[in-house]
Amino acid sequence: MSGYTLAELSRLLRERAISSTEIVKSCLERAERHNGALNCFISLFPEHALEQAKAADSIIAAGKAGPLTGIPVAHKDIFCTAGFKTSCASKMLDSFIAPYQATAMAKLDAAGTVMIGKTNMDEFAMGSSNENSFYGPVSNPWDTERVPGGSSGGSACAVSARIVPAATATDTGGSIRQPAALCGVTGLKPTYGRVSRYGMIAYASSLDQGGPIAQTAQDAAMLLGSMSGFDPKDATSADVRVDNYLDALNNDIRGLKIGVPREYFTPELEQPISDAVTAALSLLEQAGASVIDVELPHTDLSIPVYYVIASAECSSNLSRYDGVRFGHRCPEPKDINDLFCRSRGEGFGDEVKRRIMIGTYVLSEGYYDAYYLKAQRLRRVLRDEFRAALDLVDVIVTPTSPTTAFPLGSRIGDPVSMYLSDIFTVSVNLAGLPAISIPAGFSAGLPIGMQIIGNYFQEARLLNVAHQYQQMTDWHKRIPGGWQL
Amino acid sequence: MKWESVIGLELHVQLATRSKIFSGAANRFGESPNTLACAVDLGLPGVLPVANEEVIRMAVMFGLAVDASIAGQSVFARKNYFYPDLPKGYQISQYELPIVSAGRVQIQVDGTTREIGITRAHLEEDAGKSVHEGFTGSTGIDLNRAGAPLIEIVSEPDLRSAGEAVALMKKIHALVRYLEISDGNMQEGSFRCDANVSIRPAGESGLGTRTETKNINSFRFVEQAINYEIDRQIGLVEAGQEVIQETRLFDPDRNETRPMRGKEEANDYRYFPDPDLPPVVIDNDYIESVRRQLPELPEQKQQRFMETYGLSEYDSSYLVANRETADYYEAAVVAAPEQPKLVANTVMGVLSASLNRENLDIKDSKVSADKVGNLVIRIADGTISNKIGKQVFESLWEGGGDVDDIIEKQGLKQVTDSSEIGRLVDEVIAGNEAQVQQYRNAAPEKRGKMIGYFVGQVMKKSKGKANPKQVNLLLAEKLEK
Repeated sequence: MSGYTLAELSRLLRERAISSTEIVKSCLERAERHNGALNCFISLFPEHALEQAKAADSIIAAGKAGPLTGIPVAHKDIFCTAGFKTSCASKMLDSFIAPYQATAMAKLDAAGTVMIGKTNMDEFAMGSSNENSFYGPVSNPWDTERVPGGSSGGSACAVSARIVPAATATDTGGSIRQPAALCGVTGLKPTYGRVSRYGMIAYASSLDQGGPIAQTAQDAAMLLGSMSGFDPKDATSADVRVDNYLDALNNDIRGLKIGVPREYFTPELEQPISDAVTAALSLLEQAGASVIDVELPHTDLSIPVYYVIASAECSSNLSRYDGVRFGHRCPEPKDINDLFCRSRGEGFGDEVKRRIMIGTYVLSEGYYDAYYLKAQRLRRVLRDEFRAALDLVDVIVTPTSPTTAFPLGSRIGDPVSMYLSDIFTVSVNLAGLPAISIPAGFSAGLPIGMQIIGNYFQEARLLNVAHQYQQMTDWHKRIPGGWQL
Repeated sequence: MKWESVIGLELHVQLATRSKIFSGAANRFGESPNTLACAVDLGLPGVLPVANEEVIRMAVMFGLAVDASIAGQSVFARKNYFYPDLPKGYQISQYELPIVSAGRVQIQVDGTTREIGITRAHLEEDAGKSVHEGFTGSTGIDLNRAGAPLIEIVSEPDLRSAGEAVALMKKIHALVRYLEISDGNMQEGSFRCDANVSIRPAGESGLGTRTETKNINSFRFVEQAINYEIDRQIGLVEAGQEVIQETRLFDPDRNETRPMRGKEEANDYRYFPDPDLPPVVIDNDYIESVRRQLPELPEQKQQRFMETYGLSEYDSSYLVANRETADYYEAAVVAAPEQPKLVANTVMGVLSASLNRENLDIKDSKVSADKVGNLVIRIADGTISNKIGKQVFESLWEGGGDVDDIIEKQGLKQVTDSSEIGRLVDEVIAGNEAQVQQYRNAAPEKRGKMIGYFVGQVMKKSKGKANPKQVNLLLAEKLEK
């Protein structure tokens, strides 16, 4: 039963053609069989999952099932799950068990989903290759010598290898979309404020946003509908009505206006990716959409602006990991400063330390104006450019990543080339817009992702366009070899 | 050389909200360590602050009370530093855009009124406490106070003496209690003061190097600390040395300030807007709705006391110095509406003396306001004398009861029967022949003083109950014979 989409499983469950227990057992079995090679899970909770499945089966038997009742999902290990370890892939939190449930988790629990386990990621969501994990790198199911992308590499990998039908993830600068692209799955980063950040461990608070990774736009729509909504525990969450994403999927896209920013078709963009996106645009035009050029002239500034703002926020967000109240504490501290310094020195990995140092620097007296304040000004410029473009078109289509999955170890020593992996995704976070990445072709056997960016709270439109595209293509149905069902 | 001191205060006032500034945990003092700290106060991963609206209302109220401008948009910022009792590694405060700015208050010192500028007032969260007692080789952390709401009020360096600084502190203390936004309890740390002090040659307008003496928690200590700093700085400069800009602590046991080391020396706090909290947006309608909630403030109340009750400036300013005293006074006046001045005397006299003696707040007074009113009525209508009034008050204080019952049971009613008083006068004249002779031989202008002796004797015989006016008249009359 692996390989079924979430929507198919949902139908089979409610037709009683299959039980949640059977599906969950199959997922667990697959997870245990393949995790050694893929390393996409940090934790698996077989007992808990089977209990939840059993409970779901009785709800189904009672005829009270919702569309997600009994559906197994994996959660990025950045969402706090009450009573179950939440590590953020850091040695710092290797022993951390939160006494509270993240709001997104609580909502999915309430919808009846079953938590199979927690997925691997870059430490504190900092990375684009999933190589910055205390628990080791994740492999790309399409080629285990290659990265799955990051930071939500474990979630994208687990869906790509059909271990789970869908997973949760988070996106600060591309962490849902880029791994979705590199693993050949569908990943949606909602509008900032759409999904509550409560209980989602913060990397960069003004950019972080949770969302789903799934096989199809339809599955992503089902998951997003349950994860979203205003949360009084998150002051940045939006009090905006949650649309019925499923209802919108089948809307006609005739007359849809698609903007294409030429700034995204840079020399660094691999030709097969450019070709795939161009082909996808033709297909959408055939379906009645029109394609026009839009301008996003300051796109080239998005990477430096992002790294100033994200690092500044993370340097402060990660100050709470001091060894005093929870998390890693160094052995036998001499005094309080020794406790602070060694606990943090031992608990954090290199990339986290690098960003804390960048962030500390850009907020320092004498540098604040030149870096942080300037970055905030440019952030507004980037946002205004998007707004202007989206006044002219309904959605903007771009490649998700300039390259397909790159070999493990090939960029880890060169942070700048690693940071450039996110060149097409970070500006969307800076603007706070929603965007989805969907499979749009292959290059040398590796998946290509296409990004569709929409206006604020227009997730329904994105899912509609993505779904219509998926009705015309089968890229999203391709399953990597070696993980036969 | 003549020196002038330049002083500015920073007052940290804990707001009396039910819950903390950014979490739902209770905001109370005196509970067992770490029982009032929720996940947000502990700074656990993933949890988020949400601003308590009551805190915003209180800050606006304070701003209006000091005639300040209320920011249409104010911003919470993070102040980053590592300290074991600072759970998140940063304190949420306000930096560039505080909620209240450019206010002013008036203070009175030695009969002179001065206006003192309030630079700003901003909201912030309190830190926890490090506990050293009961630990060896380690330190305990109590996070009950972490996240308690504070308003930090910063004055302009307009103060010129320790006396003025204390007057400002008292003024703000009274104000926050009038507004019921803080209990102002200094022992519990709800009202703390940092004093910035510098000196300059009298008449100059530049500023000298200042020191900041932190965390002073009583009016008396503020006065002592500032006076010590002024003397110390003058001593340094006159000896050809320089004042170093530094943070100091006041040691009340030794009555001196000392440089503080460690914690906050040379820190770069890397302030930046807190991305977890949207700006606080306040519109005019909201400001007006808070303005309508403003209670009568001390100056308005004083004005009313002077006009309505005919009190002097001194009496009225004493009575309005805190809201509880003013309320007590007015409740007593309700019981004795014809005697506002006599009520004031009683509240400022015997009542205040008894409260001081037993170190009680007026709200814990053992004699209720209406009994003070009843007592005043009996003095005013001549039932008892002023002196006996004090005795009745003491009885009320010690054993409670009713004013008229006490007068009745203890037989304290003033004797106004002239035949009764005449009998006592006769007895005294008969029993003091020598003194009577002396009186009668004295020049008339000296007799006025001498008569006091006989009055005393009569009063003694009457156990204080004889009407002193009548005693005087009768004595004068009978001694002439």
